[in-house]
Amino acid sequence: MSIPKIVTSRLGFDDSFTMDRYIKTGGYQALRKALKAKPEEIREEVTTSNLLGRGGAGFETGRKWSMLRPNPVRYLVVNGDESEPATFKDRMLIERDPHQLVEGTLIAAYAIQATQAFIFIRGEFALGLERVINAVNEAYEYGAIGENIFGSGFSIDLVVHPGAGAYICGEETALIESLEGKRGFPRIKPPFFPAAIGLYGDPTVVNNVETMSNMPWIVNNGGAAFASLGEGRSTGTRLFALSGHVNQPGNYEVEMSKSTFRDLIYNPEYGGGVRRNNQVKAIIPGGASAPWFGPDQLDLALDQDAVAKAGSMLGSGSIIVMDEETCMVRAAWRIARFFHRESCGQCTPCREGSGWIDRIMRRIEDGYGREEDLDLLMDACDNIAPGVSWPPAQTTICVLGPSIPSSVAWSIRMFRDEYLIHIKEGGCPFR
Amino acid sequence: MARFTTENLEKASEIISLYPEPRSALIPLCHLAQAQDGWLTPEAIGQIADLIGLSPAEVKGTASFYDMFHTEQVGEYLVGVCTNISCMLGGAYELLEHCEDRLGIRCGQTTKDGKFTLEEMECMAGCDGPPCVTVNYRYFLGLDNSKFDQLVDDLESGRLDEEVPKHGTVFRNARQGGLRANKGEGQTK
Amino acid sequence: MSDSSEKFNISIDGIECEANAGELIITACDNAGVHIPRFCYHPRMKPVGMCRMCLVEVSGPRGMSLAPSCYLQVAPGMEIVTDSEKVKKAQDGVLEFLLINHPLDCPVCDKGGECPLQDQTLAYGPGESRFVESKRHWAKPIPLSDLILLDRERCIQCGRCIRFAEEIAGDPMIDFMSRGETIEVNIFEENKFTSYYSGNTVQICPVGALTATPYRFASRPWDLEQVESTCMSCANGCRMVVQSSQDKLIRNLGIDSDPVNQSWLCDKGRFGFTANQSDLRVTVPLASNEEVSWKSAIDFVADAIKQAVDSTGPESVAIIGGSRLTNEDAYCWSKFARSVIGTDSVDAQLGDGLAPELVLGLPKATIDQACKAPLVVLVGPDIREEAPILFLRLKDAATNGQTKLIEVTPNATSLSKYATQSLFHRPGEQHVVISALVSPQELKPPTQGAPIQPVAGVDVDDITLARKLIQENKDAVFIVGRPSMADSEEILTESVSQVVANMSEAKFLTLLRRANTHGALDSGLAPGCLPGRTTLDLGKEHFTKIWGKVPATKGSSCTEILQKASRSELKVLILLGADPIKDFPSKKLALSAINSDTKIVSITAHMNDSAKLSDVVLPATMFGEKAGTTTNFEGRVSSLGKKVTAPGQSWDDWAIAVTLAMRLGGDLGFNSLEDISEEMEKYVPLYRNLKPHIWESSAQKDGIVLPITGESVKPRWIDPIATPGISSLTHHRVALRDSNDNTLELDTGKTSEFQVLRFEPHQGDLKIPTLDAYSLRLMAPRRLYDAGTHDGPASATEELPSILNLNHYDLDRIGASTGDRVKVVSSTGEHVSKVALDDSIAKGTALIWFNLKANGDEIGASDLIGVGELVTDIRLEAI
Ligand SMILES: Cc1cc2nc3c(=O)[nH]c(=O)nc-3n(C[C@H](O)[C@H](O)[C@H](O)COP(=O)(O)O)c2cc1C
Ligand code: SF4
Ligand code: FES
Repeated sequence: MSIPKIVTSRLGFDDSFTMDRYIKTGGYQALRKALKAKPEEIREEVTTSNLLGRGGAGFETGRKWSMLRPNPVRYLVVNGDESEPATFKDRMLIERDPHQLVEGTLIAAYAIQATQAFIFIRGEFALGLERVINAVNEAYEYGAIGENIFGSGFSIDLVVHPGAGAYICGEETALIESLEGKRGFPRIKPPFFPAAIGLYGDPTVVNNVETMSNMPWIVNNGGAAFASLGEGRSTGTRLFALSGHVNQPGNYEVEMSKSTFRDLIYNPEYGGGVRRNNQVKAIIPGGASAPWFGPDQLDLALDQDAVAKAGSMLGSGSIIVMDEETCMVRAAWRIARFFHRESCGQCTPCREGSGWIDRIMRRIEDGYGREEDLDLLMDACDNIAPGVSWPPAQTTICVLGPSIPSSVAWSIRMFRDEYLIHIKEGGCPFR
Repeated sequence: MARFTTENLEKASEIISLYPEPRSALIPLCHLAQAQDGWLTPEAIGQIADLIGLSPAEVKGTASFYDMFHTEQVGEYLVGVCTNISCMLGGAYELLEHCEDRLGIRCGQTTKDGKFTLEEMECMAGCDGPPCVTVNYRYFLGLDNSKFDQLVDDLESGRLDEEVPKHGTVFRNARQGGLRANKGEGQTK
Repeated sequence: MSDSSEKFNISIDGIECEANAGELIITACDNAGVHIPRFCYHPRMKPVGMCRMCLVEVSGPRGMSLAPSCYLQVAPGMEIVTDSEKVKKAQDGVLEFLLINHPLDCPVCDKGGECPLQDQTLAYGPGESRFVESKRHWAKPIPLSDLILLDRERCIQCGRCIRFAEEIAGDPMIDFMSRGETIEVNIFEENKFTSYYSGNTVQICPVGALTATPYRFASRPWDLEQVESTCMSCANGCRMVVQSSQDKLIRNLGIDSDPVNQSWLCDKGRFGFTANQSDLRVTVPLASNEEVSWKSAIDFVADAIKQAVDSTGPESVAIIGGSRLTNEDAYCWSKFARSVIGTDSVDAQLGDGLAPELVLGLPKATIDQACKAPLVVLVGPDIREEAPILFLRLKDAATNGQTKLIEVTPNATSLSKYATQSLFHRPGEQHVVISALVSPQELKPPTQGAPIQPVAGVDVDDITLARKLIQENKDAVFIVGRPSMADSEEILTESVSQVVANMSEAKFLTLLRRANTHGALDSGLAPGCLPGRTTLDLGKEHFTKIWGKVPATKGSSCTEILQKASRSELKVLILLGADPIKDFPSKKLALSAINSDTKIVSITAHMNDSAKLSDVVLPATMFGEKAGTTTNFEGRVSSLGKKVTAPGQSWDDWAIAVTLAMRLGGDLGFNSLEDISEEMEKYVPLYRNLKPHIWESSAQKDGIVLPITGESVKPRWIDPIATPGISSLTHHRVALRDSNDNTLELDTGKTSEFQVLRFEPHQGDLKIPTLDAYSLRLMAPRRLYDAGTHDGPASATEELPSILNLNHYDLDRIGASTGDRVKVVSSTGEHVSKVALDDSIAKGTALIWFNLKANGDEIGASDLIGVGELVTDIRLEAI
């Protein structure tokens, strides 16, 4: 059986983003079909599909929906803030197949009986914003959004909301704050689980763009068909954003659990191997927040639970490949610096700790490191994420805090020698 | 100066009507103000505060949380070079050095003629074409030094005017209202 | 926190204890005596859980995990661990993180020595810093306003100041700017942080980031001496700590008095001590503006009084003022006037207050009762301008949804945005609106089917809605005060009559402006009144027994006194801390009284306009320089602390009365303050049980509402980090215990030797003149900062010019625009004034703030207001 393209089926067309192409390729049929069913039937299909959220946490979508507090007002918010370093799958879906996203959103909105839906798009996605706004405008005209959609009696408003540049707004409660017109300060869970207290205090579902983009296929083909792909809890296909030292960086939709990191990196259809035929030195699965893997773990299956068991995460579905010519200190520093620049500033450990760690790492890379800095770094990490283990404990409100140690602590654990060379030689041996 | 034009004021009230609560319009209104003036002027902040019922300090405080809002004047073209992990692995810092040389400014600065502001960006989700460069958030992937020089030439000569609007304009189409519009409570298109 | 009285067990560090449903973990621990370090949490504000200092281990579905104790509520069976290695490591870590970018300039920091960051670092922090990088740098102190400076390097981003400004004060003029490590507190451009409440942010800042100019570098905490006292800047009576160094007042801090100010102070009160050091202080006795000895000054006054009494009778001597006095001062002066001089012409108010029978004779409500009432009806002025902390309390009650608020005011107030209903009426017609609201009859059209006319300019629908609310809440609390100096006080009395006649369960909070007006009235400093809230008629017999004699008939009010003086029918006028030229509504009358041949004696701390024109000026001590008690507008008595010696030759007011009495051959029987309070307690039933050791005892720091009932107050723990700088106050409080912590035995024996005053509604018949088409009706409301008798220089607000404000319709009508000068004519005077546009003012009305500094061709409202007129109408002519 050939593996279906679930979210990338239209990408071969240059005009994949147009209403015209969308309709020609079966667009909005799923919505029509869904509206004829009962909302709980759609929810049932999604539960059957076992679609895991594609935003990072990998929570079962059906279960998330079932946790919504009963209330006359409910919101659906689609998370298109994609800012996790090395993750670029949502941008592609947004720019290249906006109608699929809109249709998926409408299906979900119907399934959870939302009273209003928002698609939050990262502000820097200028083209993406134009495309989704167009798609929404067209869908209004087409009768797919608005009052009494396709004569079904179901009505909903869908608002495209631009972000304005802040990684933390990808975190669902920060995203909600941002959508309320506030600074993106994550809320404290408990009690602010969006399903209970979300946007404007009302129950809210926050789902990722890719999660939503799967909806039309699931409705058209049934949850069981989706669940028949992959293995265990990791069902369906998934988009992996492959970048770094591979010959062909890009987004690849592969069946979950059936391939390994090695397949993805070396298969000529995907990564096509490492540049200059170099050896892989380390990979970072799941975005910059994830602990690192060494080459010994390349044969791990692309399976959410398997990766978690091995001590990291599939997260946002990105894979960064670093070859033997890469300086691990520099790589870890750059990620630490990212968190330093993106900390929202609420929590002391994250606000101050990220800056401190950034500065120490920079000093080591620049050749002014001291041996005791390594213990200091590990201890500072421990004060942000007690235990520095996976999954992490935290002293902060949100998990940006404990993401800071990931690159730093794991690179020290895996490449302590390389740090010591920096310290002893007074500089970076790779430069 | 820098107050919303009549036309933009109308747009502003349309935007506010899209949301259950006026404060939600804060970010879109700041984008609107930047599209008009290129940056977020104090006058615009004051006016946005009035429109959504906040104090100017709250509007400025909130807006300054976000990287895209500039409370000081920036160049016509905001050149952003991503140096985050994937782009760094793809040579972003080396390109950035070249950008500084070519434009004659350091990161965070604006050229004397007010044309270019250079910024070091965090990951822009353009990791499949490192290093990722954006100009007013329009993507230019896989640039090397000479392609960057060409890009600057093209921008200076106006060859890219269509593709790259001046700083502040993120999206050029208006968002549609929906139910509220149909009920006649909000904007009409 | 929560209304629910449900209790359950939790365990804290292995010890079982009881907690209340809805309570925060940190509160439960505080109650159990387990201290958790904290920075961002403040017990009077909503928690935000940002600083992460208060992390403890809490049991949850996934076992024990670190959680912010300031944010999470207790749950039945919850296990809390505050002292594990994990918790200590986390606290240690947070402190180290906080310190890495902190300048550690403790030796030069105002907060050094009373700094929660410093203290908690010692208690919970790391031994030494491992930070070798360079610190974050900011430009050193930046001004947020003329009063408040911010040193961003010291800031720990707890957000207390920002949250205070937004959540408590409703003045979000400061906010976090930027993000992450560069996050900073700041204002917007030139919009300064000119909140009336800005000083509170300095008080609650847990580090030395926010400082106030009057205290900067003035002292070190260990050089400070302090005494607890009660603010006398307005009649709210906020509890505060008064601090001095080297016999100079340098700082006031608000005490967390639950029933009164809940730790907040307004800037006028907080920085009021600068008035003690004002250049305008009178420090020596003056006669004809020449320095004289106390002896000759006393001789002069006594001779003048004697001559007057001998030649034209005791009623030719009169006293105006008393609100600056302590209760003991006031009692002493009341006794002096009645028993030695023999005059009943005493008036603590200056025609700008409330009729004494309202203050003394209405069923009273406390601030707490108002804030817990289902409905509050505000009949009067903008409370923020009159009693700023009452404003905070009411705003809180209204925004918490506890209390519905109806306001009946001539135009929008600071409470309008929190009010359920605002009824803006034509000035002078307040009683008409009140009558429509409280009377059993609904509004009816003039003839069947015709539309119902607006009531005094208020929309009928608004009246109907408000009326419904009032009819449903017969136990509403009415807060009554003077909305405008241009309206006669009779109008308010008429409104109150309507309420009392129709709503027997209603309670009242009488809004007085100046500090101890209530205490002065309680002591009988009003014509026809005697101490203990009684009248001359009801109390005559009793006081004749204890004082020897009291006047036979009721004397003159302030207005009548001034009228008598201006007709030269008065021989001696004593101004007891009063400045009629500034504060009396009609300046014309005040001036002609002071300029008459009446001998004017001014007993004052400051050289005010009236003192300048007085024959004799006697220097008096003021707040911070004398002990005693004061009574706020609830009728709550609380103690005043003496902290510094008064400058020069200033005397306490009571001592002046005693000396004058002696010189006149009378003996008041007082040699000390204690003698006075003893007599008050012994002979005036109102003060029964009110003994110094009670109001001085720690149990009674919140003050005691008179008459004492013996009701006990719940013990309360005060968070030392809520108000850094007053750590001595962290004790439990139990009501009515004496200083030895014995339960107080109330002497309930003799309750009433005489009857007290009760307000009797009268059938009013006010004839408010109709406004003719060419005139405007004047509003003259007061602002917090004005040119009145207290001249504390630390004004947080820009000075407003005294100009005439009109809406655009009326401005157009006279063909003027903002900044133009026009001629203003009233029945009393004619002046030229600048005009300004203000569309919040209704058509047909004009507004001049009362008593702002009027200079040049700006006009003071008191130049236009006539005596004995119910309202003031003016005409404008373009020039
Ligand atoms: C710091 C941080 C950043 C995040 N950024 C994103 C993001 O850019 N896009 C996204 O979909 N989810 C992001 N998430 C995850 C969201 O909080 C949330 O789990 C997700 O949107 C839920 O959608 P899903 O269930 O469909 O995966 C982020 C989480 C954290 C803690
Ligand atoms: S962990 Fe960091 S990003 Fe998350 S809420 Fe705290 S300060 Fe903000
Ligand atoms: S997080 Fe609880 S006191 Fe700051």
